[in-house]
Amino acid sequence: MSNIGVIISLIIISGGLLAILIYSLRGRDVDRRIIFLFVFIAVASAVLFNIEFKEHPTLIVKKVFDKIENLPSGSRVLISFDYDPAMKPEVHPMANSFVRHCLVKGHKLCLMSLWPQGQALMTETLEEVILEEFPEARYGEDYVMLGYKAGNEGVLNVIITDFRKMYATDARGTNIDSIPIFKEIKSAKDMDLILPIGGGKPGPKEWILFVGDPGNVPVAPGLAAVVAPLIYPYYPKQAIGLLGGVKGAAEYESELRQKYPRFRDVYAPALRMMGPQTLAHIVIMAFIVIGNIAFFRRKRSETGA
Amino acid sequence: MRKGPVIITAVVVCLFIVSWIIKAVNVPAEDSVFRAFAQGFGVTFAAFLTLAVMSFLYRDNPFYKFAEHLYVGVSAAYAMSLGFWTTIVGNLFPRISEGLCNWFEVPYTEFEWHFLIPPALGIILLMRLSPKGGWISRWALAFIVGTTAGLNLPRFLRSDFIEQISATFLPLLVNWHGIGDFFSNLSLSASGQLVSILTNVVIVVGVFCGIVYFFFSKEHKGAFGAASRFGIWILMITFGASFGYTVMGRISLLVGRLTFLGHDWLGLITR
Amino acid sequence: MKRTIPVIITSVVGTVLIFSVFFPSGRTLGEDFSLFFDIIAVFAFFLGGGNLVRIHITKIYRQRPDWGFSIVTLIGFFITLTVGLFKLGNAEGISGSVTAAGSLLQEIFVNIITPLSSTMYALLAFYVASASYRAFRAKNREATILLIAAFIILLGRTPFGMMLTQWIPESFSILQIPNLAVWIMNSANLAGQRAILIGVGLGVVAMSLRLILGMDRTYLGSDSE
Repeated sequence: MSNIGVIISLIIISGGLLAILIYSLRGRDVDRRIIFLFVFIAVASAVLFNIEFKEHPTLIVKKVFDKIENLPSGSRVLISFDYDPAMKPEVHPMANSFVRHCLVKGHKLCLMSLWPQGQALMTETLEEVILEEFPEARYGEDYVMLGYKAGNEGVLNVIITDFRKMYATDARGTNIDSIPIFKEIKSAKDMDLILPIGGGKPGPKEWILFVGDPGNVPVAPGLAAVVAPLIYPYYPKQAIGLLGGVKGAAEYESELRQKYPRFRDVYAPALRMMGPQTLAHIVIMAFIVIGNIAFFRRKRSETGA
Repeated sequence: MRKGPVIITAVVVCLFIVSWIIKAVNVPAEDSVFRAFAQGFGVTFAAFLTLAVMSFLYRDNPFYKFAEHLYVGVSAAYAMSLGFWTTIVGNLFPRISEGLCNWFEVPYTEFEWHFLIPPALGIILLMRLSPKGGWISRWALAFIVGTTAGLNLPRFLRSDFIEQISATFLPLLVNWHGIGDFFSNLSLSASGQLVSILTNVVIVVGVFCGIVYFFFSKEHKGAFGAASRFGIWILMITFGASFGYTVMGRISLLVGRLTFLGHDWLGLITR
Repeated sequence: MKRTIPVIITSVVGTVLIFSVFFPSGRTLGEDFSLFFDIIAVFAFFLGGGNLVRIHITKIYRQRPDWGFSIVTLIGFFITLTVGLFKLGNAEGISGSVTAAGSLLQEIFVNIITPLSSTMYALLAFYVASASYRAFRAKNREATILLIAAFIILLGRTPFGMMLTQWIPESFSILQIPNLAVWIMNSANLAGQRAILIGVGLGVVAMSLRLILGMDRTYLGSDSE
C-alpha cells in the first residue's frame, strides 16, 4: 500500500507541478487558491496512503536518548509541557516518547506546565500513554502531575530553590508533602534531568536560562521546528542534546522502537508524518524553483525587448 | 436574502447532522446513548471548526468569522479558569485565608500578610478598564516590568552573553597529531578530522564576523568590511536554515490537521 | 506622582531581584516577588477577559458591522468560564484537577480550542507555499546563499535527501545531504544564531538596566492617561 501510495502521490504532485510550470512559463500568474488547493491535495494524498519511511537518529537526538537510557532507574525526571495545540502535531509525539522511555526505564516523572493549554495536553498524555500502556504505573510513586502555574519565568525563579513554595499541591489538590516522589525533592536542582517541550515563551530557552545554567541541571529540550535553530547555540554545553521538530520526534520514536520491541506496534505519529512531510518539502522546493525560473525568464524577456 | 448563502448554510447543517449521527452510531456499545451523541457531536464540531477555518483560504466568510470569534472567547475564558484555579486558589488563598481554603478544598499553610500585596496590585491592574482610574494601573504594570527586567538581566548576561562567548572558544585543530597524520587521514568523511576542524573554524570565525556585521558604529570597509561581508553570508545560511525548519514546522501542523480529519472524523486512515 | 511612583516600584523590584542572585539573604524576597508576579499575571488574564467583554458588548450595543459574531464570542466566553470556574463535569468535583479527563473544560479544549488553534497555524503552511512560489527570488548573492541553505535543510530533514545521495562513499560522506544539513546546523547556523543571541542578550541587559534606572519610561504610556 505504501509503495503504491508513493507512486500515486508522486504522479499527482508531478502532474500538478508540470501544469504550474507550463502556466508560469507562459507568463501567467497562478492564482494563489490554485496553489493552496494543490498543496492540500499533495499533502492529503500522502496522508491517505500512509507513507512511512525508516529513520536513523542523528547525534543530537541520540544524545538525549542515551542520557535517559543511561540514567539509573529511579532517577527524577521533570517534563514541562510548554506548548499549545498549535504546536501539538510536532511536539506532542516527543512528550509521549519521553514519558514512555522514562517509565520503561523506571524513572520518576514530574509533569508540569508553564502554558495554560499544557495542562490539558498533559491530561491527554496521561490518557493516551500512561493509563493505556503503563497501567502498573502508580500515581505519586512513578509519576505526578503538578499542573500549570501562571507567571512564566517567575515560576522557574521560585522552583530553582524551593518547589513547595510554588507547588504546595499537585494538579489534583493533593498536598505535595504526601506524594512519595517529592520526599527527596526540595527544588528543581534535585532533578536528574529536565525535558522542556515547546517552542514559544516561556519554553526551553527559559528553562536553560533560569534552571539549567544556575542550577547546573542537565536540560534536553524538545523543540518546535520554528525555534529549533535558535536553541543550537546552547548545544552542547547548556543543552545536552535536542529534538528539533517532527524529524527529531520521528528519530526518537524510531530509536525507541529499535531499543524496546514492546513499542513496535504502538502508534508513532511523528514517523507517520514524515511521509507527507517529505512530499510537501518537494512541493515547496519545486515552487521555489518554478517561481525563480519564471522570474528570470520574464526578466530576460524584459531586458531583451 | 440571497439564495447562495442560504443553500450553502443548509448543506453545511445537513452534513453536520449526518456526520453527528454517523459518529454517534460508531461509538462503542458499552457507552450510554447520551455519551455516544456527545462524543459524536464533539468530533463533528471539531471537524466543522477545522473546515471553517480552512475556508478562509478561499475567502473570508461567515463560517470563518464564527470560528474566529468563538476561538477568541473560549481561549480567553480557558486561560482565566486555569489561572484562577492553579495560581489564585493554589498559591494565594493558602497564604491569606483558611476559610477560603476550606471552601475550595486546598490545604492551608499560614497567614503571610505580605501576600495581600499581589491581590491589591491585581485589583489596581483591573482599574485599567476604568476610563478615569486607569492611571493607577501603572503601579501594577511597573511591578510586572520591574520583575521581568530584574529576572532577565542576570540570566541573559550569564547564559546569552558570557556562556555563549565561552562556548565559542573552541580548538581550531581538533585531534591534532601532526601534519603528516592529518594528510594521511585526509577525507571528507562526516566524522573525519578535516570536517571537525572546518566546523570549529566556521563557528569561531562565523560568530566573530556575525558580531562584526552588527557593529554599525564603524564604516564597513577594508578588512572590517570583508569580515562583515562574511558575517552576512553566515547569517544568510542561518536564515536559510531557519526558513527550512519553519517550512517543516508549518507543514507538520497541516499534516496533523489532515490526520485528524482523515482518521478521527472520516475514518479513512488507520493507525 | 502618576509617573514617579511607578518608576520607583520598577527600580526597587528590579534591584531586589538582581541582588537576590548574588546575596542568598535576598533570595527569599526575590522568590516572594516572583510569586507576586505570578499572581498578578493571573489578574492580567482577568483584565484581558474583562476588556474582551467590554469591547464586544460595546460592539453589540452600537450594532457595529459583524456585531452578531460578538454574541458568539460572549457566549463561548461565558460558557467556558462557567464550566472552568465551577469545574462542571469533573468526576472528583471541586477538589480534582480543573482539566481532569472527562471534565467539560477538557472536552471544550479537545473539541474547540485544539481544532481552532491548530488549524489557524496550519493555514501558514499554505501561505509558506504561496510565498515560495511568489516571493522567494535568488536576486543576489545573499539571497542565493539563503535559498541553497534552505534547500539543503529541506532535503536533509527528510528521507528523500538520504535516498538521493546514499551512493556517495564514506570518505566523502559530508556531501551526503542529511550529513550536510546536520553540518550546516552545527556550524554555520550555530555561528549565526550565536552572534544574534549575543547581540540580543546585550540588548536585553541594556534595556533591563534602562528600565531599572528609570531612563526608559515608555511602558508608562503618555501623560494624558
